[in-house]
Amino acid sequence: MSQAILKVEGITKTFPGVKALDNVSFDIRPGEVHALVGENGAGKSTLMKTLAGLHRCDGGEIFYQGAPLSLSGPLDARRKGILLIHQELSLSPELSVAENIYLGAWQTNRFGMLKKRELRRNATTALEALGCGFGPDVRLGTLSVAMQQMVEIARAEAFSANVVIFDEPTASLTDSEKDQLFQTIRGLKARGVGIVYISHKMDEIFDITDRITVLRDGQVQGTVDTADTDLNQITRMMIGRTLDAYFVKAKAEFGDEVLRVEGLSKRGLFSDASFSVRQGEVLGLYGLVGAGRSELVETVFGVRRADAGRLFWKGREIDWPTPRQSIDMGMALVPESRKEQGLVLMMGGRENTSLPHLRRFSDLTVMNRAREMAVYEKYRSALSIKTTGPDQAVSQLSGGNQQKFVLAKWLCAEPGLIILDEPTRGIDVGSKSAIHELIADLAEQGLAVIVISSEMPEVLGVSHRVLAMSEGSIVAEFKGDAMTEEHLIDSVSHAREPVAAE
Amino acid sequence: MSLTSTDIRSGSHLRIGLSWLLRNHIWVFLALTVAVFSLASPYFLTANNIGNILTQGAFIGILAIGMTMVMIDGEIDLSVGATLALASALAIGLQTHIGIWPAVFVGLLSGAALGFLNGTLVALSGMHSFIVTLGGLIGIRGLVFVYTGENALMVPDFSYTEIPEIYLGPISMTAIIFFGLAFFFQWILSSTRHGRETYAVGDNIEAAHDAGINVKRHKIINFTLCGTLAAVCGILLSMRLGTAEPNAGRIWELWTIIAVVLGGTRLQGGFGSMWMTIGGVLTLAVLRNGLRLLNTPNYVELMVMGAVLILALVLDKLLKRQEAT
Repeated sequence: MSQAILKVEGITKTFPGVKALDNVSFDIRPGEVHALVGENGAGKSTLMKTLAGLHRCDGGEIFYQGAPLSLSGPLDARRKGILLIHQELSLSPELSVAENIYLGAWQTNRFGMLKKRELRRNATTALEALGCGFGPDVRLGTLSVAMQQMVEIARAEAFSANVVIFDEPTASLTDSEKDQLFQTIRGLKARGVGIVYISHKMDEIFDITDRITVLRDGQVQGTVDTADTDLNQITRMMIGRTLDAYFVKAKAEFGDEVLRVEGLSKRGLFSDASFSVRQGEVLGLYGLVGAGRSELVETVFGVRRADAGRLFWKGREIDWPTPRQSIDMGMALVPESRKEQGLVLMMGGRENTSLPHLRRFSDLTVMNRAREMAVYEKYRSALSIKTTGPDQAVSQLSGGNQQKFVLAKWLCAEPGLIILDEPTRGIDVGSKSAIHELIADLAEQGLAVIVISSEMPEVLGVSHRVLAMSEGSIVAEFKGDAMTEEHLIDSVSHAREPVAAE
Repeated sequence: MSLTSTDIRSGSHLRIGLSWLLRNHIWVFLALTVAVFSLASPYFLTANNIGNILTQGAFIGILAIGMTMVMIDGEIDLSVGATLALASALAIGLQTHIGIWPAVFVGLLSGAALGFLNGTLVALSGMHSFIVTLGGLIGIRGLVFVYTGENALMVPDFSYTEIPEIYLGPISMTAIIFFGLAFFFQWILSSTRHGRETYAVGDNIEAAHDAGINVKRHKIINFTLCGTLAAVCGILLSMRLGTAEPNAGRIWELWTIIAVVLGGTRLQGGFGSMWMTIGGVLTLAVLRNGLRLLNTPNYVELMVMGAVLILALVLDKLLKRQEAT
C-alpha cells in the first residue's frame, strides 16, 4: 500500500449556525479513485473547497506529500498540484482553449506581455496527452460541454497535478461522453494521480472508484473498499436506513382524463407528440437531457407556442394558453432549474409560496398577510420544510427544502394536473424519498401527475405508465410489467443510433 | 442574511435592531453627516435650515421614488431629468392658452405618456432600459428645446408661484408631498400585489413569469409611475421658480440614481425600499446643504459627493459580505 499523497487530519469548518465539517479525516493515495459521497449538506462541497484552497479550515491539518499544507487560494492550490474540477465549469467562453487552460496563471515576459507561443505549445502538449480532438486556438465557447470539461482536465496535465477533484463531472454528459471521461480518469490514475470523485450517481461510483468515504452531517461515517461493499451498505451509511422504502407508487385508481395532447410539434424541439393523463395517474416521461422533454411540457403549459397540435383540457379542446391561463385552469409546472425558474431567492418562503396566487391573497390589491400566512404554514408543515421563519430568504435553504417550496407554491393553487420536471435533481436522498411519497400522495388525492426524470429507477418507481422520449419524439410507451430498465434503454438507444451514424 | 436568522433564534432585540441597521445603514450614515455638520456650522441645525434641506431634497426625492420602483424591477430610467423639464415647460407654457390647472394636468400627462413609452419600448423590444432611456434623455431634452424655443418660459401670473407656499412649521408643501408620496409607495411595495410583483420581477424574472405575472405590463406600469413622478417634480419646480428653463433638471437623473443607490437599493434589482431611498435622499441633501453652509467651492462639493457615494457602496459591499458569512 503506497503512502498517501494527501492526508486530511481532523479538520473542522464552522459557518454561522452550522458545523459543516466536524473532525474529518481521510486520505488519498496516488493512483486511486476515491469517492466522496453523502447527502446534500453532508459537507462534501466544503471539504473539497477546503482542499482546493477556496475555504480555510478552522481546525485540523492537511498534509500534502508528507508536509503540512497551507493554501492562499485556488490558484496556489493549482500551482501546488491540487486541481478542482467544478460541476459548473469555471472557464471563460470568449477566450481560447490555451488561455483557458492557464486561466489566471499566464506566463508573461518582463514587459507583462503574454508569452503566447509558450502558452500555445504547453497547451498543445497537455491536450495531446489527453487525446483531445481539438487544438489550443479554438474559442472555448464553440466547444460542447464535454469538450470544455476536457479543457479543465487538461489543466491537470499542464500543472502536473498530483490530486484531481471531480465534482459531479457527469451531471451534463451523455453516456458516450461519460465513457470517454472515465477513460481519461483511468489514464490519470495510471500515471499515479490521486483522484477524488464526488457524485450522487451510485452506478458510476461502483464503476470507477477504488475506495468510498461516506460523509453525513459533516462527519466521516467510514471509508470502505469499493470491492467489498454494496449499494445497500453505502446508502445505510449515508442516511442511516436502507433503500427498500425508496419508491412508493400510488394506488392505480384512475378517474377522468385531465389532459390530452395530439400531434404537438415545434420545429427543432419536438415533433408529433401525443399523450394523455388521467386523474390519479402518474405519467413518467423518460429521456436523456436534450430529448425535448422539458420543452414539450413547457409548451403544453404555454411558455412557448407550438407550430401544430391540439390540446384538450378535461375533454374540451382549448386554445393555446398563456402560463397565467394554464395556472387559472388548474395546471402547475414545477420547472427543472429551481434557481432560474422556480424561486425568487431573495424572498422568504411565505412570499414564494404565494407568488403565483397573489390575486387570491389580496383584497382588491392589498395583500392579506393573515391569509397568506395561514396557507404558508399549512404547506410548510405538510411538506415538513425546515426554515427559521417565513421570511428567511430561500437562498439560504438546502436544495431539498427549496424544492419543497417550489412544490408548495404550486400545490397551494390546488391544481388538477401537476407537471414535475426533474423533481429530485441535486437534492439529498432523504428529501428525495419525501418527494416520491408526496407524488404518490398527490395522485391518490386525484391529481394527474406528469414526472420527467432522467433517472430510470425513479421514473419507473413512481409512475404508472412511462413514455420514452428521444430526439424530440415519443418513441415508446410502457406500462405494467413492460416497465423495465432494459426496455427503456432499448427504446431510447434504438432511436438514437441512426442519428449518431450520420 | 444568515445573521438575521440566528438572531431571531437567540431572540435578542438588540441584535435584531442591529441587523435592521445593517440593512438600512444609510440612516447611520445620515446621523453621522448631521452630527458632523452640526459641529462644523452653527447655522446647520436650525429649524429654518432643516426646512430648507427638506425642500431642496424633495425634488430629487420625488424623482427617486419612481426610480426606486424601476430599480427594484432591475431596470433604470435615465430620462427623468428631461421629462421633468418638459412637464415644467408645458405647465408654464400652456397657461396662457388653456389656464393654470389644465396646463398642469397636461404637464402631468406628458410625464405619464413618456414613462409609458419608455416602459413599452423596454418591455416589447427587449432592449435594456439603460439604452432606451438614454435615448429618451437626449430626445426628450431636444423636444424641450424645440417647445421652449431655447428660451426660459415665464409664468404669466405670479400667483402660480404661491401655490406651494404652504408651510407646516418649517416644512414646505413640497417636502410634505415628497414624504406623502414616499410613504404611499412604501405601502405599495410592502403591502400590495404590485409591490410583491416588483420584487419578484427584479430578483428572478423567469420565476415571476412562470408564476403567471404579466412581466411586460408590470414593467410598463412602473415606468409610467416613474415618468409621472418626474412630471410631478417638474411641476413643483416650475411653481417654485416661476420659470421653465430648457436646461432644468439636467443631470438630475444622476443625482437621483446616486440617492437611490446610496440608500442601499440594488442596481441589479430585487432588493430595496422607500425607507432606504428616503435615507439616501436626505443624506444627499444634507451633504449638499452642509457643504454650501461651509462655503465649499462647487468643484470640491462634487469631489466630496463622489467620494461619499463610493464610500457608501464600499460599506454596502462590506456589510453584505459580513451578512453572507
